[in-house]
Amino acid sequence: MDLNMNVDAPHSMGTTIIGVTYDGGVVLGADSRTSTGMYVANRASDKITQLTDNVYVCRSGSAADSQIVSDYVRYFLHQHTIQLGQPATVKVAANLIRLLSYNNKNMLQTGLIVGGWDKYEGGKIYGVPLGGTLVEQPFTIGGSGSSYLYGFFDQAWKEGMTKDEAEQLVVKAVSLAIARDGASGGVVRTVIINSEGVTRNFYPGDKLPLWHEELEPQNSLLDILNAPSPEPMNI
Amino acid sequence: MNFMASKQPENSLLGPEADSQRTLYPYVTGTSVVALKYKDGILMAADMGGSYGSTLRYKSVERMKSIGKHSLLGASGEISDFQEILRYLDELILYDNMWDDGNSLGPKEVHNYLTRVMYNRRNKFNPLWNSLVLGGVKNGQKYLGTVSMIGVNFEDNHVATGFGNHLARPILRQEWHENLSYEDGVRLLEKCMRVLLYRDRSAINKLQIAKITEEGTTISRPYSLKTYWEFSAFANPAQGAVGTW
Repeated sequence: MDLNMNVDAPHSMGTTIIGVTYDGGVVLGADSRTSTGMYVANRASDKITQLTDNVYVCRSGSAADSQIVSDYVRYFLHQHTIQLGQPATVKVAANLIRLLSYNNKNMLQTGLIVGGWDKYEGGKIYGVPLGGTLVEQPFTIGGSGSSYLYGFFDQAWKEGMTKDEAEQLVVKAVSLAIARDGASGGVVRTVIINSEGVTRNFYPGDKLPLWHEELEPQNSLLDILNAPSPEPMNI
Repeated sequence: MNFMASKQPENSLLGPEADSQRTLYPYVTGTSVVALKYKDGILMAADMGGSYGSTLRYKSVERMKSIGKHSLLGASGEISDFQEILRYLDELILYDNMWDDGNSLGPKEVHNYLTRVMYNRRNKFNPLWNSLVLGGVKNGQKYLGTVSMIGVNFEDNHVATGFGNHLARPILRQEWHENLSYEDGVRLLEKCMRVLLYRDRSAINKLQIAKITEEGTTISRPYSLKTYWEFSAFANPAQGAVGTW
Protein backbone atom coordinates (compact mmCIF):
# COMPACT_ATOMS: atom_id res chain seq x y z
CA MET A 1 0.00 0.00 0.00
CA ASP A 2 1.89 3.03 1.21
CA LEU A 3 5.44 1.78 0.77
CA ASN A 4 6.65 5.33 0.22
CA MET A 5 5.97 6.42 3.81
CA ASN A 6 6.91 10.04 4.10
CA VAL A 7 9.59 10.14 6.77
CA ASP A 8 10.34 13.67 5.74
CA ALA A 9 6.83 14.95 6.46
CA PRO A 10 6.87 17.82 8.93
CA HIS A 11 6.62 16.71 12.54
CA SER A 12 3.09 17.43 13.62
CA MET A 13 1.62 16.90 17.04
CA GLY A 14 -1.80 15.62 16.01
CA THR A 15 -2.69 16.01 19.64
CA THR A 16 -5.34 16.44 22.20
CA ILE A 17 -4.82 19.39 24.56
CA ILE A 18 -7.06 20.63 27.34
CA GLY A 19 -7.05 23.51 29.83
CA VAL A 20 -9.55 23.65 32.69
CA THR A 21 -9.98 26.13 35.56
CA TYR A 22 -11.08 24.96 39.00
CA ASP A 23 -11.69 26.64 42.32
CA GLY A 24 -8.13 27.77 43.13
CA GLY A 25 -6.14 27.17 39.96
CA VAL A 26 -5.91 25.45 36.59
CA VAL A 27 -5.28 21.96 35.23
CA LEU A 28 -3.58 21.55 31.85
CA GLY A 29 -3.62 18.19 30.08
CA ALA A 30 -2.23 16.66 26.88
CA ASP A 31 -1.47 13.37 25.13
CA SER A 32 2.11 12.50 24.13
CA ARG A 33 2.10 11.52 20.45
CA THR A 34 4.20 13.34 17.84
CA SER A 35 3.81 12.02 14.30
CA THR A 36 5.68 12.33 11.01
CA GLY A 37 2.95 11.47 8.55
CA MET A 38 1.67 8.12 9.80
CA TYR A 39 4.79 7.23 11.80
CA VAL A 40 4.85 7.99 15.50
CA ALA A 41 8.14 9.85 15.83
CA ASN A 42 7.87 10.29 19.59
CA ARG A 43 5.39 8.30 21.71
CA ALA A 44 6.22 10.10 24.95
CA SER A 45 6.53 13.79 24.05
CA ASP A 46 5.94 16.55 26.54
CA LYS A 47 3.49 19.00 25.03
CA ILE A 48 2.98 21.08 28.16
CA THR A 49 5.79 23.59 28.17
CA GLN A 50 6.87 26.03 30.85
CA LEU A 51 6.85 29.76 30.07
CA THR A 52 7.41 31.03 33.62
CA ASP A 53 7.23 29.53 37.12
CA ASN A 54 3.48 30.10 37.17
CA VAL A 55 2.45 29.95 33.49
CA TYR A 56 2.52 26.95 31.16
CA VAL A 57 1.37 26.44 27.57
CA CYS A 58 -0.13 23.37 25.81
CA ARG A 59 1.13 23.06 22.24
CA SER A 60 -0.63 21.57 19.19
CA GLY A 61 -0.20 21.61 15.42
CA SER A 62 3.25 21.96 13.93
CA ALA A 63 5.87 20.88 16.47
CA ALA A 64 8.44 23.32 15.08
CA ASP A 65 6.10 26.31 15.05
CA SER A 66 4.80 25.74 18.57
CA GLN A 67 8.32 25.27 19.91
CA ILE A 68 9.67 28.46 18.39
CA VAL A 69 6.70 30.52 19.58
CA SER A 70 7.11 29.13 23.11
CA ASP A 71 10.82 29.91 23.03
CA TYR A 72 10.27 33.54 22.02
CA VAL A 73 7.52 34.07 24.60
CA ARG A 74 9.63 32.50 27.36
CA TYR A 75 12.46 34.84 26.42
CA PHE A 76 10.22 37.93 26.45
CA LEU A 77 8.54 36.92 29.71
CA HIS A 78 11.92 36.42 31.36
CA GLN A 79 12.92 39.99 30.57
CA HIS A 80 9.47 41.27 31.49
CA THR A 81 9.66 39.56 34.91
CA ILE A 82 13.01 41.21 35.64
CA GLN A 83 11.71 44.62 34.64
CA LEU A 84 8.42 44.23 36.49
CA GLY A 85 10.07 42.92 39.67
CA GLN A 86 7.40 40.27 40.23
CA PRO A 87 5.95 37.21 38.47
CA ALA A 88 4.29 37.89 35.10
CA THR A 89 0.51 37.53 34.92
CA VAL A 90 -1.17 34.84 32.85
CA LYS A 91 -2.86 37.53 30.77
CA VAL A 92 0.48 39.05 29.72
CA ALA A 93 1.84 35.63 28.74
CA ALA A 94 -1.28 34.88 26.72
CA ASN A 95 -1.12 38.20 24.95
CA LEU A 96 2.51 37.65 23.94
CA ILE A 97 1.50 34.28 22.47
CA ARG A 98 -1.30 36.06 20.65
CA LEU A 99 0.99 38.75 19.20
CA LEU A 100 3.31 36.18 17.67
CA SER A 101 0.46 33.98 16.41
CA TYR A 102 -1.49 36.86 14.94
CA ASN A 103 1.35 38.79 13.33
CA ASN A 104 2.73 35.65 11.70
CA LYS A 105 -0.57 34.04 10.88
CA ASN A 106 0.33 33.29 7.26
CA MET A 107 3.34 31.24 8.24
CA LEU A 108 2.43 29.56 11.53
CA GLN A 109 0.26 26.51 12.03
CA THR A 110 -0.05 26.06 15.76
CA GLY A 111 -2.92 26.19 18.27
CA LEU A 112 -1.97 26.94 21.86
CA ILE A 113 -3.62 26.89 25.27
CA VAL A 114 -2.08 29.17 27.90
CA GLY A 115 -2.83 28.39 31.54
CA GLY A 116 -1.48 29.57 34.89
CA TRP A 117 -2.06 31.24 38.21
CA ASP A 118 -1.25 34.79 39.34
CA LYS A 119 -2.12 36.73 42.51
CA TYR A 120 -4.41 39.24 40.75
CA GLU A 121 -6.78 36.98 38.83
CA GLY A 122 -6.12 33.50 40.26
CA GLY A 123 -6.29 30.55 37.85
CA LYS A 124 -6.92 31.51 34.20
CA ILE A 125 -7.06 29.69 30.85
CA TYR A 126 -6.63 31.42 27.49
CA GLY A 127 -7.12 29.75 24.10
CA VAL A 128 -5.06 30.98 21.14
CA PRO A 129 -6.23 29.01 18.09
CA LEU A 130 -4.98 29.31 14.48
CA GLY A 131 -5.11 32.90 13.31
CA GLY A 132 -4.17 34.41 16.65
CA THR A 133 -7.54 35.02 18.30
CA LEU A 134 -7.29 35.38 22.08
CA VAL A 135 -10.19 33.92 24.07
CA GLU A 136 -10.36 33.67 27.84
CA GLN A 137 -12.47 30.67 28.87
CA PRO A 138 -13.25 28.63 31.99
CA PHE A 139 -12.09 25.61 30.01
CA THR A 140 -10.91 24.99 26.48
CA ILE A 141 -9.90 22.09 24.25
CA GLY A 142 -7.63 21.96 21.22
CA GLY A 143 -5.79 19.76 18.75
CA SER A 144 -7.16 17.18 16.34
CA GLY A 145 -8.42 14.97 19.18
CA SER A 146 -10.59 17.75 20.56
CA SER A 147 -13.22 17.11 17.84
CA TYR A 148 -14.21 14.02 19.81
CA LEU A 149 -14.61 15.92 23.08
CA TYR A 150 -17.03 18.75 22.35
CA GLY A 151 -20.05 16.64 23.24
CA PHE A 152 -18.29 15.16 26.25
CA PHE A 153 -17.44 18.57 27.75
CA ASP A 154 -20.87 19.98 26.99
CA GLN A 155 -22.19 17.27 29.25
CA ALA A 156 -19.43 16.80 31.83
CA TRP A 157 -18.09 20.28 32.55
CA LYS A 158 -19.33 21.91 35.77
CA GLU A 159 -18.49 25.25 37.39
CA GLY A 160 -16.66 25.16 40.75
CA MET A 161 -14.96 21.73 40.60
CA THR A 162 -12.27 20.72 43.07
CA LYS A 163 -8.65 20.15 42.04
CA ASP A 164 -9.08 16.37 41.96
CA GLU A 165 -12.39 16.52 40.06
CA ALA A 166 -10.82 18.80 37.47
CA GLU A 167 -7.78 16.57 37.01
CA GLN A 168 -9.91 13.41 36.71
CA LEU A 169 -12.04 15.15 34.09
CA VAL A 170 -8.95 16.10 32.08
CA VAL A 171 -7.42 12.60 32.26
CA LYS A 172 -10.73 10.99 31.27
CA ALA A 173 -11.16 13.40 28.37
CA VAL A 174 -7.65 12.96 26.94
CA SER A 175 -8.05 9.20 27.31
CA LEU A 176 -11.35 9.27 25.37
CA ALA A 177 -9.77 11.33 22.60
CA ILE A 178 -6.81 8.96 22.38
CA ALA A 179 -9.26 6.09 21.89
CA ARG A 180 -10.67 7.67 18.73
CA ASP A 181 -8.05 10.03 17.30
CA GLY A 182 -5.22 8.29 15.44
CA ALA A 183 -3.12 11.41 15.82
CA SER A 184 -3.29 11.28 19.63
CA GLY A 185 -1.85 8.58 21.83
CA GLY A 186 0.73 7.48 24.35
CA VAL A 187 0.55 8.77 27.91
CA VAL A 188 -1.53 11.51 29.52
CA ARG A 189 0.42 14.32 31.12
CA THR A 190 -1.18 16.87 33.41
CA VAL A 191 0.14 20.04 35.03
CA ILE A 192 -1.73 21.58 37.96
CA ILE A 193 -0.96 25.24 38.75
CA ASN A 194 -2.22 27.09 41.83
CA SER A 195 -1.05 29.44 44.59
CA GLU A 196 1.00 26.64 46.13
CA GLY A 197 3.00 25.92 42.98
CA VAL A 198 3.12 23.47 40.10
CA THR A 199 2.51 19.70 40.09
CA ARG A 200 3.31 17.49 37.10
CA ASN A 201 1.54 14.13 36.76
CA PHE A 202 2.06 11.20 34.43
CA TYR A 203 -0.54 8.58 33.51
CA PRO A 204 1.01 5.83 31.39
CA GLY A 205 -0.98 4.27 28.54
CA ASP A 206 -1.64 1.04 30.39
CA LYS A 207 -3.15 2.83 33.42
CA LEU A 208 -5.84 4.66 31.46
CA PRO A 209 -9.47 3.45 31.62
CA LEU A 210 -10.80 1.16 28.90
CA TRP A 211 -13.58 2.42 26.67
CA HIS A 212 -16.07 0.84 24.23
CA GLU A 213 -14.69 -2.14 22.34
CA GLU A 214 -11.34 -1.94 24.13
CA LEU A 215 -10.12 -5.03 25.96
CA GLU A 216 -8.06 -5.70 29.08
CA PRO A 217 -4.41 -6.01 28.03
CA GLN A 218 -2.73 -9.44 28.22
CA ASN A 219 0.89 -10.53 28.19
CA SER A 220 0.27 -12.97 25.36
CA LEU A 221 -2.34 -15.04 23.53
CA LEU A 222 -0.62 -18.08 25.04
CA ASP A 223 -1.73 -17.02 28.53
CA ILE A 224 -5.35 -16.84 27.41
CA LEU A 225 -5.20 -20.21 25.66
CA ASN A 226 -3.72 -21.89 28.72
CA ALA A 227 -6.25 -20.37 31.08
CA PRO A 228 -8.31 -23.04 32.89
CA SER A 229 -11.78 -23.77 31.54
CA PRO A 230 -14.65 -22.29 33.54
CA GLU A 231 -15.91 -24.44 36.40
CA PRO A 232 -19.30 -26.14 35.94
CA MET A 233 -22.11 -24.01 37.32
CA ASN A 234 -23.79 -24.94 40.56
CA ILE A 235 -27.44 -24.48 39.77
CA MET B 1 -18.71 29.96 -30.99
CA ASN B 2 -20.74 27.02 -29.98
CA PHE B 3 -24.10 27.02 -31.82
CA MET B 4 -24.98 23.38 -31.34
CA ALA B 5 -25.93 22.50 -27.83
CA SER B 6 -23.50 19.89 -26.66
CA LYS B 7 -24.85 16.36 -26.47
CA GLN B 8 -22.51 15.63 -23.55
CA PRO B 9 -24.51 14.55 -20.50
CA GLU B 10 -23.98 16.84 -17.56
CA ASN B 11 -24.63 14.12 -15.06
CA SER B 12 -21.65 11.76 -15.00
CA LEU B 13 -24.03 8.86 -14.45
CA LEU B 14 -25.54 9.29 -17.92
CA GLY B 15 -22.44 8.98 -20.04
CA PRO B 16 -20.35 5.96 -21.05
CA GLU B 17 -18.62 6.11 -17.67
CA ALA B 18 -21.90 5.47 -15.90
CA ASP B 19 -21.61 1.80 -15.04
CA SER B 20 -18.10 1.73 -13.62
CA GLN B 21 -16.75 3.53 -10.62
CA ARG B 22 -13.14 3.90 -9.68
CA THR B 23 -11.56 3.81 -6.27
CA LEU B 24 -9.50 6.95 -6.37
CA TYR B 25 -8.72 6.95 -2.70
CA PRO B 26 -9.60 4.69 0.21
CA TYR B 27 -12.16 5.56 2.91
CA VAL B 28 -12.30 2.89 5.60
CA THR B 29 -8.89 1.27 5.88
CA GLY B 30 -7.17 -1.51 7.77
CA THR B 31 -3.50 -1.29 8.68
CA SER B 32 -0.67 -3.87 8.73
CA VAL B 33 -0.96 -7.63 8.41
CA VAL B 34 2.06 -9.72 9.53
CA ALA B 35 2.56 -13.42 8.82
CA LEU B 36 5.26 -16.08 9.15
CA LYS B 37 5.83 -19.76 8.41
CA TYR B 38 6.31 -21.98 11.43
CA LYS B 39 6.77 -25.71 12.06
CA ASP B 40 3.17 -26.81 11.40
CA GLY B 41 1.98 -24.12 8.97
CA ILE B 42 1.37 -20.38 8.88
CA LEU B 43 0.72 -17.83 11.65
CA MET B 44 -0.86 -14.51 10.75
CA ALA B 45 -1.74 -11.46 12.84
CA ALA B 46 -3.79 -8.33 12.18
CA ASP B 47 -5.48 -5.80 14.40
CA MET B 48 -9.21 -5.19 14.24
CA GLY B 49 -9.19 -1.50 13.34
CA GLY B 50 -11.08 0.19 10.51
CA SER B 51 -9.82 3.75 10.30
CA TYR B 52 -11.75 6.54 8.61
CA GLY B 53 -8.96 8.95 7.78
CA SER B 54 -7.36 9.74 11.11
CA THR B 55 -10.43 8.70 13.10
CA LEU B 56 -10.29 5.21 14.64
CA ARG B 57 -13.87 4.55 13.66
CA TYR B 58 -14.45 0.79 13.74
CA LYS B 59 -12.77 -1.43 16.30
CA SER B 60 -14.08 -4.91 15.56
CA VAL B 61 -13.22 -5.44 11.90
CA GLU B 62 -12.09 -8.99 11.06
CA ARG B 63 -9.33 -8.57 8.52
CA MET B 64 -8.39 -12.25 8.24
CA LYS B 65 -10.69 -14.85 6.71
CA SER B 66 -10.39 -18.50 5.92
CA ILE B 67 -10.64 -19.41 2.21
CA GLY B 68 -11.67 -22.92 1.19
CA LYS B 69 -10.02 -25.73 3.15
CA HIS B 70 -6.39 -24.80 2.73
CA SER B 71 -5.98 -21.01 2.78
CA LEU B 72 -6.10 -17.94 4.99
CA LEU B 73 -6.40 -14.42 3.60
CA GLY B 74 -5.42 -11.27 5.46
CA ALA B 75 -5.99 -7.80 4.04
CA SER B 76 -5.01 -4.21 4.67
CA GLY B 77 -6.33 -1.17 2.83
CA GLU B 78 -9.91 -0.39 1.81
CA ILE B 79 -12.30 -2.68 3.69
CA SER B 80 -15.07 -2.52 1.09
CA ASP B 81 -12.64 -3.79 -1.57
CA PHE B 82 -11.59 -6.61 0.76
CA GLN B 83 -15.25 -7.59 1.14
CA GLU B 84 -15.60 -7.62 -2.64
CA ILE B 85 -12.55 -9.86 -2.93
CA LEU B 86 -14.12 -12.27 -0.42
CA ARG B 87 -17.17 -12.44 -2.70
CA TYR B 88 -14.98 -13.26 -5.72
CA LEU B 89 -13.20 -15.98 -3.74
CA ASP B 90 -16.51 -17.38 -2.52
CA GLU B 91 -17.55 -17.84 -6.11
CA LEU B 92 -14.17 -19.33 -7.03
CA ILE B 93 -14.34 -21.90 -4.22
CA LEU B 94 -17.96 -22.69 -4.99
CA TYR B 95 -17.24 -23.48 -8.64
CA ASP B 96 -14.24 -25.53 -7.56
CA ASN B 97 -16.41 -27.57 -5.18
CA MET B 98 -19.06 -28.10 -7.85
CA TRP B 99 -16.61 -30.18 -9.89
CA ASP B 100 -16.92 -32.64 -7.01
CA ASP B 101 -13.72 -34.32 -8.10
CA GLY B 102 -11.92 -34.58 -4.78
CA ASN B 103 -9.50 -31.82 -5.75
CA SER B 104 -9.54 -28.50 -3.95
CA LEU B 105 -7.82 -25.19 -4.59
CA GLY B 106 -4.65 -24.79 -2.56
CA PRO B 107 -3.03 -21.59 -1.33
CA LYS B 108 -0.72 -21.34 -4.36
CA GLU B 109 -3.69 -21.39 -6.72
CA VAL B 110 -5.69 -18.87 -4.69
CA HIS B 111 -2.67 -16.58 -4.54
CA ASN B 112 -2.25 -16.77 -8.29
CA TYR B 113 -5.93 -15.98 -8.83
CA LEU B 114 -5.70 -12.95 -6.56
CA THR B 115 -2.55 -11.76 -8.34
CA ARG B 116 -4.35 -11.85 -11.69
CA VAL B 117 -7.37 -10.01 -10.29
CA MET B 118 -5.26 -7.28 -8.66
CA TYR B 119 -3.03 -6.80 -11.66
CA ASN B 120 -5.84 -6.66 -14.21
CA ARG B 121 -7.69 -4.07 -12.11
CA ARG B 122 -4.50 -2.03 -11.88
CA ASN B 123 -4.19 -2.09 -15.67
CA LYS B 124 -7.66 -0.59 -15.94
CA PHE B 125 -6.70 2.20 -13.53
CA ASN B 126 -9.36 0.94 -11.16
CA PRO B 127 -7.45 -0.90 -8.44
CA LEU B 128 -8.75 -2.83 -5.49
CA TRP B 129 -7.10 -0.75 -2.80
CA ASN B 130 -5.67 -3.59 -0.74
CA SER B 131 -2.44 -5.32 0.18
CA LEU B 132 -3.17 -9.01 0.67
CA VAL B 133 -1.42 -11.82 2.53
CA LEU B 134 -2.29 -15.34 1.50
CA GLY B 135 -1.07 -18.27 3.57
CA GLY B 136 -1.88 -21.96 3.73
CA VAL B 137 -0.84 -25.61 3.85
CA LYS B 138 -1.70 -28.36 1.40
CA ASN B 139 -0.32 -31.85 1.37
CA GLY B 140 2.31 -30.87 3.90
CA GLN B 141 3.55 -28.00 1.78
CA LYS B 142 3.49 -24.60 3.51
CA TYR B 143 2.82 -21.52 1.38
CA LEU B 144 2.98 -17.81 2.23
CA GLY B 145 2.61 -15.06 -0.34
CA THR B 146 1.55 -11.46 -0.75
CA VAL B 147 -0.08 -9.28 -3.48
CA SER B 148 -0.29 -5.51 -3.52
CA MET B 149 -2.83 -3.19 -5.13
CA ILE B 150 -0.64 -2.80 -8.18
CA GLY B 151 -0.12 -6.52 -8.63
CA VAL B 152 3.35 -6.90 -7.10
CA ASN B 153 3.42 -10.44 -5.75
CA PHE B 154 5.93 -12.77 -4.16
CA GLU B 155 6.34 -15.57 -1.61
CA ASP B 156 8.59 -15.62 1.41
CA ASN B 157 9.06 -17.16 4.84
CA HIS B 158 7.59 -14.05 6.42
CA VAL B 159 5.59 -11.21 4.86
CA ALA B 160 3.86 -8.03 5.97
CA THR B 161 1.81 -5.18 4.54
CA GLY B 162 2.02 -1.42 5.00
CA PHE B 163 3.88 -0.34 8.11
CA GLY B 164 4.62 -3.95 8.89
CA ASN B 165 7.16 -3.87 6.07
CA HIS B 166 9.12 -1.15 7.80
CA LEU B 167 8.71 -2.14 11.42
CA ALA B 168 7.99 -5.89 11.55
CA ARG B 169 10.08 -7.35 8.70
CA PRO B 170 13.41 -6.20 10.23
CA ILE B 171 12.50 -7.96 13.47
CA LEU B 172 11.50 -11.07 11.54
CA ARG B 173 14.71 -11.03 9.51
CA GLN B 174 16.67 -11.16 12.77
CA GLU B 175 14.58 -13.62 14.75
CA TRP B 176 12.74 -15.90 12.34
CA HIS B 177 14.14 -19.35 11.78
CA GLU B 178 13.01 -22.60 10.21
CA ASN B 179 10.72 -24.79 12.34
CA LEU B 180 9.56 -22.23 14.88
CA SER B 181 7.26 -23.73 17.48
CA TYR B 182 3.71 -22.43 17.78
CA GLU B 183 4.55 -20.61 21.04
CA ASP B 184 7.66 -18.99 19.62
CA GLY B 185 5.77 -17.97 16.47
CA VAL B 186 2.99 -16.35 18.48
CA ARG B 187 5.49 -14.52 20.70
CA LEU B 188 7.39 -13.28 17.65
CA LEU B 189 4.20 -11.99 16.00
CA GLU B 190 3.15 -10.32 19.27
CA LYS B 191 6.53 -8.60 19.44
CA CYS B 192 5.94 -7.23 15.93
CA MET B 193 2.37 -6.19 16.71
CA ARG B 194 3.46 -4.37 19.87
CA VAL B 195 6.01 -2.27 17.94
CA LEU B 196 3.31 -1.49 15.38
CA LEU B 197 0.99 -0.44 18.20
CA TYR B 198 3.62 1.97 19.52
CA ARG B 199 4.62 3.43 16.20
CA ASP B 200 1.74 3.17 13.69
CA ARG B 201 -0.86 5.89 14.07
CA SER B 202 -3.60 3.76 12.62
CA ALA B 203 -2.97 0.72 14.85
CA ILE B 204 -5.39 -0.13 17.64
CA ASN B 205 -4.86 -2.37 20.65
CA LYS B 206 -7.15 -5.22 19.70
CA LEU B 207 -5.87 -8.02 17.52
CA GLN B 208 -6.38 -11.57 16.37
CA ILE B 209 -3.80 -14.23 15.58
CA ALA B 210 -4.75 -16.88 13.03
CA LYS B 211 -3.14 -20.26 12.52
CA ILE B 212 -3.46 -22.52 9.51
CA THR B 213 -2.12 -26.06 9.44
CA GLU B 214 -2.86 -29.24 7.53
CA GLU B 215 -5.69 -29.86 9.99
CA GLY B 216 -7.44 -26.55 9.37
CA THR B 217 -7.74 -22.87 10.33
CA THR B 218 -8.21 -21.26 13.73
CA ILE B 219 -8.67 -17.54 14.21
CA SER B 220 -8.20 -16.53 17.85
CA ARG B 221 -10.70 -14.45 19.73
CA PRO B 222 -9.90 -10.70 19.88
CA TYR B 223 -7.48 -9.67 22.62
CA SER B 224 -5.23 -6.75 23.66
CA LEU B 225 -1.52 -6.50 24.35
CA LYS B 226 0.14 -4.99 27.40
CA THR B 227 2.31 -1.97 26.64
CA TYR B 228 5.32 -0.58 28.43
CA TRP B 229 5.57 3.07 29.48
CA GLU B 230 7.76 2.91 32.59
CA PHE B 231 11.03 4.24 31.16
CA SER B 232 12.21 6.95 33.53
CA ALA B 233 12.80 9.17 30.50
CA PHE B 234 9.10 8.98 29.74
CA ALA B 235 8.07 10.15 33.20
CA ASN B 236 10.75 12.85 33.33
CA PRO B 237 11.73 13.80 29.80
CA ALA B 238 13.62 16.90 30.92
CA GLN B 239 15.78 15.16 33.53
CA GLY B 240 18.99 14.66 31.58
CA ALA B 241 18.26 17.39 29.04
CA VAL B 242 16.80 20.53 30.51
CA GLY B 243 14.58 22.43 28.12
CA THR B 244 13.84 19.37 26.01
CA TRP B 245 10.49 18.77 24.40
